[in-house]
Amino acid sequence: MEIKVIRAGPMTTVQDAGRPGHRAEGVPAGGAADLFALRLANLLVGNPEDAAVLECTLAGPTLEFAEDTTIAVGGADFAGVPAWQPVVVRAGGRLALGPCHHGCRGYVAIAGGVEVPVVLGSRSTFLRAHLGGHEGRALRDGDRLEAGAWVLPHEVKHWRVDPHVLPPYSNEPTLRILRGAQWNDFDADWAAAEFTVTPVSDRMGIRLAGPKLVRRRGRELLSSAVAPGTVQVPPDGQPILLLADGQTIGGYPRIAHVIGVDLPLAAQLRPGAKVHFAEVTLDEAHRLWRQQERTLAILRQGLAEKLR
Amino acid sequence: MGDAAVVLEIGQAIDEATLARVSSVARAISDRRPVGVTDIVPAFGSVTVFYDPRKISSYGELAAALQQVAAPAEQTYPASAPRVVEIPVCYGGEFGPDLGSVAAHTGLTAEEVIQLHSGAEYRVHAIGFSPGFPYLGGLPARLNTPRRATPRPAVPAGSVGIGSAQTGVYPVASPGGWNLIGRTPRALFRLHQSPPALLLIGDRVKFRPITPGEFAAWK
Repeated sequence: MEIKVIRAGPMTTVQDAGRPGHRAEGVPAGGAADLFALRLANLLVGNPEDAAVLECTLAGPTLEFAEDTTIAVGGADFAGVPAWQPVVVRAGGRLALGPCHHGCRGYVAIAGGVEVPVVLGSRSTFLRAHLGGHEGRALRDGDRLEAGAWVLPHEVKHWRVDPHVLPPYSNEPTLRILRGAQWNDFDADWAAAEFTVTPVSDRMGIRLAGPKLVRRRGRELLSSAVAPGTVQVPPDGQPILLLADGQTIGGYPRIAHVIGVDLPLAAQLRPGAKVHFAEVTLDEAHRLWRQQERTLAILRQGLAEKLR
Repeated sequence: MGDAAVVLEIGQAIDEATLARVSSVARAISDRRPVGVTDIVPAFGSVTVFYDPRKISSYGELAAALQQVAAPAEQTYPASAPRVVEIPVCYGGEFGPDLGSVAAHTGLTAEEVIQLHSGAEYRVHAIGFSPGFPYLGGLPARLNTPRRATPRPAVPAGSVGIGSAQTGVYPVASPGGWNLIGRTPRALFRLHQSPPALLLIGDRVKFRPITPGEFAAWK
């Protein structure tokens, strides 16, 4: 089924669950910055959780569908369509998404998934290397995409996801962290401070502004692996929180790492958002992973029954 | 490192022995691949192992499994000769806009910079920064030139640069702060080959000067 991109929006890319396994060659795993939203939006339209969707930054696109289909929007919520529920779009109909009300990145899942070539095991767009996605770039007005075509068998519009199962998305979130290798090189009370998200933020990372973090001690560092969630401190003392397309290795001190279940909260931070940090243990972080998987498993089960 | 990766510290020195141990540990983990391991990143004195927290039975078990693979690999790394990869480089001119400033900084002539840079043999200590980007050790000390005060917003693919004590090649166009002394027509990141990165950790690298004519004729 063809999808016409009438208006692409400020930054819309094709993303799936990413391409782990290529970090040793300098290729980050990438994929949706908010993996929870990717997975749940896909489940809502009957897709596999890791199907390719459109990741839309701060505002959404206007799309025209050649055939009847079902879509679902998750993550940030846009003017023009309700979030976290399947929405039927008729042949020739347009889906016009406005600016995000809350959050930074919305995910538009389309029944059947967005069909672009698989590159290094993934359909995700890696903009820095012009790799994957739709021609290795963000969508432009006039692009044409392909998606699998099917319509969910039943009338689906009267139900939606219970908001209690969603991550606690917020414009002033507390992100839970584990200590980084150079945690002790900095004053212990740094994590109590409030940080503000600056406009110099993208899929690579979020630049935060706050009290200047000064490395008090420690030897010169050799570059080693960094990951989405790593909070590194460049010489200017203003931390950078890496996201999905962050580089694979880095040489700045790592003060902390945001835990996996809170990366969706980080992915939804828009410029001006206020961030706090709270330390947890590795055991707690892993327990939270398992809890999130149980939540998704219950949703998967429930949706499978509804969509049957 | 966070809740989905663990760092194995191998050493603090940037030397042949550390590089051999890092490569050996990375290869051993890649071959044995304990359950849940998704990615392995060797770099300088460390090997970072990424895992899927949903697929491991416990962190303790994963850490023990990794130790079991890493410990012998660190001791018994093979003395196999690494491969040598030759990179043709057209130095100076439009391809190496900073050749003059590197010469000025080092007190050498442009010709001497080219001779020194292409006369040395380098080792790949890490791949990162961008896809296929090699961090090369072995830059002659006389060529050590600090990074540019302001990075260029767009460095063309193939550019060969010097950043302090390191040299490297930009495989894809990207921003960059290194001093550009030349450019190679050889692709360092090939999407449709496996692996796509031309260079991998441990490889030996030689640069061979070529003329603009040879650059243009390269296929």
